[in-house]
Amino acid sequence: MKEQLENIKRSAISEIETSGTVKVLDDIRVRYLGKKGELTSVLKSMKNLSKEERPIIGQVANEVREMLEVSIKDRKLSLEKVEQNQRISAETIDITLPAKKVVVGKKHPLDKTLEELCDIFIGMGYEIVSGREVENGYYNFDALNLGKEHPARDEQDTFYINADTMLRTATSPVQVHTMENQSLPIRMVAPGKVYRSDEVDATHSPIFHQIEGLVIDKNITFGDLKGVLAEFAKKFFGDKVEVKFRPHYFPFTEPSAEVDVTCVMCGGVGCSVCKGEGFIEILGCGMVHPKVLEMSGIDSKKYQGFAFGMGIERLTMLKYNINDLRLFYDNDVRFLEQF
Amino acid sequence: MNVPMSWLKEYVKIDVDLKTFVDKMTLSGSKVEKVEETGKEITNVVVGKIIAEEKHPDADKLRVMKCDIGSEVVQIVTAATNVKVGDTVPVALAGADLAGGLKIKKGKLRGVESNGMFCSVEELGLTKDQFPESPEDGIYVFLNSQDMKLGEDVKPYFGLGEQVVEYEITSNRPDCFSILGIATEVAATFNTEFLFPEITVKETAEDCRKLAKIKIHEPELCNRYAGRIIKNVKVKDSPKWLKDKLISAGLRPINNIVDITNFLLLEFGQPMHAFDYDKLVGHEINVRLAKSNEEMVTLLGDTIKLDDSMLIIADAEKPIAVAGVMGGEETKVTEETTTILFECANFNAYSVRQTSKKLGIMSDSSKKYVKGLDPENISYAIDRAAQLINITNSGDVLGGLIDIYPVPRKAITIPYDVDWINAFLGINISKEEMESIFRRVRFVVDPKNCLVTIPTSRPDVTMNADLAEEIARMYGYDKIPVTLERATPTVGGKTYFQKTEDRITQMLRNCGAYGIRTYTIESPKIFDKLNVAKDSALRNVIAIQNPLGEDFSILRSTTVNSMLNALSLNNNKRNDSAMLYEIGKIFIKTDNQLPDEVEKIMLGLYAPNADFFALKSVAESLIDSLAIENASYVRNQELDFMHPGRCANLIIGKNNAGFLGEIHPEVLKNFGFNQKVYVMELDLNTIINATKKDLVYKPLPKFPSMERDLAVIVNNNILVGDMINLINERGGKNLVSTELFDVYEGEQVDKGKKSVAFNFKFRAVDKTLTDEEVSKSLKKILYALESTFEAKLR
Repeated sequence: MKEQLENIKRSAISEIETSGTVKVLDDIRVRYLGKKGELTSVLKSMKNLSKEERPIIGQVANEVREMLEVSIKDRKLSLEKVEQNQRISAETIDITLPAKKVVVGKKHPLDKTLEELCDIFIGMGYEIVSGREVENGYYNFDALNLGKEHPARDEQDTFYINADTMLRTATSPVQVHTMENQSLPIRMVAPGKVYRSDEVDATHSPIFHQIEGLVIDKNITFGDLKGVLAEFAKKFFGDKVEVKFRPHYFPFTEPSAEVDVTCVMCGGVGCSVCKGEGFIEILGCGMVHPKVLEMSGIDSKKYQGFAFGMGIERLTMLKYNINDLRLFYDNDVRFLEQF
Repeated sequence: MNVPMSWLKEYVKIDVDLKTFVDKMTLSGSKVEKVEETGKEITNVVVGKIIAEEKHPDADKLRVMKCDIGSEVVQIVTAATNVKVGDTVPVALAGADLAGGLKIKKGKLRGVESNGMFCSVEELGLTKDQFPESPEDGIYVFLNSQDMKLGEDVKPYFGLGEQVVEYEITSNRPDCFSILGIATEVAATFNTEFLFPEITVKETAEDCRKLAKIKIHEPELCNRYAGRIIKNVKVKDSPKWLKDKLISAGLRPINNIVDITNFLLLEFGQPMHAFDYDKLVGHEINVRLAKSNEEMVTLLGDTIKLDDSMLIIADAEKPIAVAGVMGGEETKVTEETTTILFECANFNAYSVRQTSKKLGIMSDSSKKYVKGLDPENISYAIDRAAQLINITNSGDVLGGLIDIYPVPRKAITIPYDVDWINAFLGINISKEEMESIFRRVRFVVDPKNCLVTIPTSRPDVTMNADLAEEIARMYGYDKIPVTLERATPTVGGKTYFQKTEDRITQMLRNCGAYGIRTYTIESPKIFDKLNVAKDSALRNVIAIQNPLGEDFSILRSTTVNSMLNALSLNNNKRNDSAMLYEIGKIFIKTDNQLPDEVEKIMLGLYAPNADFFALKSVAESLIDSLAIENASYVRNQELDFMHPGRCANLIIGKNNAGFLGEIHPEVLKNFGFNQKVYVMELDLNTIINATKKDLVYKPLPKFPSMERDLAVIVNNNILVGDMINLINERGGKNLVSTELFDVYEGEQVDKGKKSVAFNFKFRAVDKTLTDEEVSKSLKKILYALESTFEAKLR
């Protein structure tokens, strides 16, 4: 009987080791260890053995059973692994195939620039203010120190609705509304559309966008104006940018300045964009004219401030190397999807 | 303002290289636009004297000349007929560049070596007008050859090789529209002496004041009018030095009288006019307003109609000039003129500007007047003109000056506050340094009382802020230290409205829409293109008085045209699909001066498989993402440009938030579309106001929900939206959601009917609902549908 057990063990082990699939292995288990299995029937016939023999054979039989169970389990694990690997390999796909597209739109490049500018100034403590596009003469001109006979009133090619109503020629009227309505101190930027009677071409448009900035507080200096705009230029154009302030004239600021920065195209070496100068003009600014403060009811002896304004189209064209302003208003999707 | 460097240097001593000059002038406020050298392309043309001539052995029309150019004698073969031995001429040597890119090379002409070319004025880029002594067709021969050095560059003689600097002059500095004005700025910038020209006039004994009467009738519009009379006038060419000056500044010499007035226009920035004295009726000058029926023929021969807003100069009878704008034909100086009256006046800038605009005439004179001139300049300028008459031997200057100047402009004196200026600029310079800057810009300083007297040429300076500008620009903007504000801190940021606007555009982009920018001004023709009824309120637009053309002549009252234009451009460029959005304004007329400016969210799309619901899904996503409640859609058949069966209004609560739908087929045709287009225009304010500012958490349900389906048959004109509204109204408090899952018309149902199937979810807050309770609710819904829409259970 012992010999019989040994034979079962030998043949079962050899079958287990050569089994190729989990299914075959399962059949082997049933054949040997199942209710009617070979080993089971040997165990069943043990009752015919003598008292002395029974424990000895019983121990051998148990050993054989355990051994077969362990072998089956091990074999099963390795077979499952093989089968899983086969499945995985069969499931391999071409991951370079393009995915199904979810179209997400994009911001208009002018909006992108506007948002970037607003973010920079919000970080410096500014609020965003918007204003009317149709203004009266007081807000568009008079309150900005452009009296009826001021020559600059002619230089700005104004679209008139009637003698005293016009499309705003700059975002500057927002300064006046803000000074009239807001408590001090003021730190604000005002982005928006402005209108001038320029024919459409690659660098002109009767409608374009500006952003205006205004700070009114005690102890504001021209040095602060330089500081804020230099900081802005670094954030917008990058840390390496060099900033230059040049005297200029605006009726509503005194002293006034124009600001040049290192040419973004050539990095200051000189190119066609900067006309060989290495610098390009990006904005106008100045200390708010005391008359402008007084007209809006602010005591110019106690408060000072500065204001600045820049063209969004120009900044955007510089930023993305766009050479024709009309592209902004054509709204061709092939243009819009690039931003 | 163009200023030749050599002319400038007559009034100010400077010795710096051009680059330094340009940079410093720009930094002190006179921005240099560019520097141009006259005759820059001309090289290697020198003075030569012809010392021998021979016939060409092989050509009758050529001569072989020997020409002394100082260092050597060169052989030149010429076809010119007007030169001979002894003439001094401009010689282009081998390697020379001439006007128009012509290059001179060594060569042989019919076998004889030629090492250069004699030049005409044209070959030097000049004209015979400028050098009338040059022959009609031939080589220029120097007149005063004894003064010329052989071998010398000819450019200075012809007024070429001049560095002309162009300055951008801002409108607060009309004084800088003159060479003297620029010279004062140069002197201030380089802290060097300004040399005012020495003016002396030789007058005859006769007093001109007895010969003419000048009267200013409108002292508001003309605060000074001065005149001088010149007798025995000889109208002729100006001397070379005068012509050279004008040429270098870009003006064409005409004759001595015109050239002298042009010289003054450049030097002092003061326009002058010369009348033929003998043609002035009554020998009178009246500065008055024109009468509304008056006319005048201008110097250029055009007849112009005057009106009673225009300031004119008249003799005893008629207009003879439009003040500051243009002289008249009748009294102009001609070759026959023997006596002239010089006008040197100050006219109101605004008045000249208005008149010049109305007449459409911009002259060199009006361009100066519109800037606003200093009347104090006048006596110097008219004397300077008289001096030039003396120098050029152009006539006899009579004694005296007729000078009508009722209210002279006075120099103002203002206090300066050193501490305030330092604090305002963020610098710290001494009182003495500030005072020295004031002196540099020609202010008169009273240091004891801290007062400065401002010259009359600088009416832009009236207060400490203006003085601060003078200090800043002379001290150097670049030297002012950069600081960061140390004043009251503020917290920046966007308002709820602005943030919500950002959320809206973000949502639209998530739906696939691209941001666009459109024009808010458009053509009134768009209303026909949009099929808008003649009596529609949309046509009641705000018009621009002075438009660029019809295309940009009204403010838009709807965004639809803007959107269709943008979509149509994409369609025409064959982009297969486009979904675009913008937040922009429309303008609505009001009873007030200013229109209402209403911000709209616009969105438009076309795509191969798009339909109304592609658009509606954007609207629904937007409403959901903003947590807006009570939104519903009702049919809108009122809009002329929309498909009446495929257009809805979005209603939020009781407010109409805008419309969405398909564009009317006829309008599609008008815009050249070959496919359907969908647009939406929503009111930004209504949308943002409907958003919930404060969201409050609702506890998650504790009990399970029960689902039920219900399919009914109704007439196919019943709106599903109405059915859902009714269900929500009657479904009871336990009905938590109603979803439409099928609408069917076809074989399975009768004609004219449709089957509509819903899925309902019921749930109670406080218990698990029983089957009976849910069935009861469902019965109520069915009953409501039956009784309201004659629905039949399917």
